[in-house]
Amino acid sequence: MSEEGAPIFELLDVEKIFTITRATGPLKRETLRLPALDGVRLRIKQNTSLALVGESGSGKSTLVRILLGLNEPSNGQALFRGRPIVEARKGLRAPFHRDVAMIYQDARGSLNPRMSVEALIAEPIRHFRLCAEKEIPARVAALLARVGLPADVAKAYPAGLSGGQVRRVAIARALASEPSVLVADEAVSGLDVSTQAQLLNLLADLKRTMGLTLVFITHDLGVASYLCQEIAVLYLGRIVETGPTNDVLNAPAHPYSAALRRAAPAFFEPIAEPLPGEIPSPVNLPPGCRFAGRCPRRQDDCLALDPPLGRVLPGRHAACIHPLTGSPGGPAERGDAAPSNPDAVL
Amino acid sequence: MTLLDGATPAPATVPPVRRRRRLTMFVRRPFFTLALLVAAGFVVSAAFAPVFAPWDPTYQDIGAMMAPPATAGHLLGTDSYGQDILSRILFGARYALGIGLGAVAIGALGGLVLGMAAGLAGGRTEWVLMRIVDSILALPSLILAVAFIAILGQGVDKVIYAVGVALIGPFARTVRADVMQVRAQLFVEAAGLMGLAWLTVVWRHILPNVVYPLAVQVTIRISEAILVSSSLSFLGIGVTPPTPDWGLMISEGRAFVSFAPWMAGMPGAALAILLIALSIVGDGIREEFDPKMQRGGS
Ligand SMILES: Nc1ncnc2c1ncn2[C@@H]1O[C@H](COP(=O)(O)OP(=O)(O)OP(=O)(O)O)[C@@H](O)[C@H]1O
Ligand code: SF4
Ligand SMILES: [Mg+2]
Repeated sequence: MSEEGAPIFELLDVEKIFTITRATGPLKRETLRLPALDGVRLRIKQNTSLALVGESGSGKSTLVRILLGLNEPSNGQALFRGRPIVEARKGLRAPFHRDVAMIYQDARGSLNPRMSVEALIAEPIRHFRLCAEKEIPARVAALLARVGLPADVAKAYPAGLSGGQVRRVAIARALASEPSVLVADEAVSGLDVSTQAQLLNLLADLKRTMGLTLVFITHDLGVASYLCQEIAVLYLGRIVETGPTNDVLNAPAHPYSAALRRAAPAFFEPIAEPLPGEIPSPVNLPPGCRFAGRCPRRQDDCLALDPPLGRVLPGRHAACIHPLTGSPGGPAERGDAAPSNPDAVL
Repeated sequence: MTLLDGATPAPATVPPVRRRRRLTMFVRRPFFTLALLVAAGFVVSAAFAPVFAPWDPTYQDIGAMMAPPATAGHLLGTDSYGQDILSRILFGARYALGIGLGAVAIGALGGLVLGMAAGLAGGRTEWVLMRIVDSILALPSLILAVAFIAILGQGVDKVIYAVGVALIGPFARTVRADVMQVRAQLFVEAAGLMGLAWLTVVWRHILPNVVYPLAVQVTIRISEAILVSSSLSFLGIGVTPPTPDWGLMISEGRAFVSFAPWMAGMPGAALAILLIALSIVGDGIREEFDPKMQRGGS
């Protein structure tokens, strides 16, 4: 794996277990352990763009909350520039707050409805003391122009803006602190296709011109390949494949990525039921590979061994004992002759 | 994937910002407008009572005791002491509105402090505070006000305190519910991500989102405060005679209701009209400005 560029984020076998209580009878309750993330290995290099894809409930948002330090991993380490994220966030003006900006899927919910757009965008500028008080209006106007909004939006309130406009305001606000990392949770989903296209163009442009590192959660493989150099595929709380986006999509190594690829061939078509078979509940995962129940390549050893994410090809990692590693260009379908996964660590 | 090859962002199509909502409110809600005019009428009568009132509200016209309405000089009649009912109603509006506003101000402020503290503290502190509020709420505000009057004694200022304190419970409860709801919102989490101090988050992001619904609550609760204070006077434990208080007037007229029904009827009608007008205004304001009752356009 090429190691150029220091990692900004590093997740080392991160596990996040939620405890949930549910009623089992009129007076009985049981507490269950729900591993939302399990054995997640990921490194995000400077100036890269990473797409996180996976079905609903696979743990994408949880992973992002760990990256932002909103949740602490139950096990394993989550590092930001070599320091535990929760520690890097300590202190009111820690560089982390400025460096890492978040765009929420629910952009409207992430903006205080009682503040005007101008006040919303000025808040981070003021908080990080990025410029003198009297330059703030000009700076807000510049940010609005940067995200393609007219200047008179500054006086509006979020309730008076359309969905697409609110996303743009959220992007402008995220950019206001001049971050180096932009984390976006489904930043374009739920909008009509032309608005999605405009926003994607905007993000791609920002990424290029401002040298941003982008972590982009999406349901949509087309969006991932358009916007992101790298991709990480999540399945039931584990990253099952990582690598350069186009390589992974053209020649998936993990059977789950291959199934996703087949199920979502078109642009702007979110992942839908990629495979037959029951998705096991994360509360009681079967032993062995978590994908075994739906995997067309399953063999006996898959039920005994839970494969960690390991290297299958240069720059490519997959969590599979029998990965698809054919000639580049097309997925190999040699069911039996696949080499077993060398236990290479990242 | 060539669909998106143009790299510079196309300027957004920007529909004009919605701004005409407030202008049309009076047109769209005729009942609200009417009620607002009525309520405003009461406020004006209260403010200019000395100008409008034909008599001093406590002047006893010995020559015209229990005169029926439309008697010369006494448009709405007189009571058993010969006091002019119209003048007393006009001055009574001062007491009704003054006591209502004063009591609601106390209740809202106390409720804001208690509700914010409970909603933000969480854990044991919240539990203790909310049990206090619960015990206050377990009694109707009238009973509670009676209890406070028993402690404080009679008089206009005492009525304001008693009714105000009795209203703290309901206010605290709604404020706490709002705080709980607001602090779970994404923009509060986002403010934390920015590294804002918790007190700044509370002041800038939580408080404004709690104060606006509280202001709506205030308009609704004013009528409750007026009703409770009038009830106190009616029971004879609120304002002392000969203050021209509506509750007191109704109470005095009760004994004569079979042969001089206007004595209780006129102040009763004034009270009913004001209360109805205030609740219509309050409901209208709530429906118009409460974000929870608006369709969330996206
Ligand atoms: N605070 C929580 N408490 C308990 N369980 C949680 C919590 N947050 C997430 N989960 C569970 O963790 C799993 C992963 O959730 P997560 O929100 O990360 O999925 P996701 O990939 O973001 O899904 P979506 O695409 O629907 O947003 C789910 O099973 C979810 O129910
Ligand atoms: S380990 Fe086995 S069951 Fe799991 S994905 Fe690979 S081939 Fe399929
Ligand atoms: Mg999610």
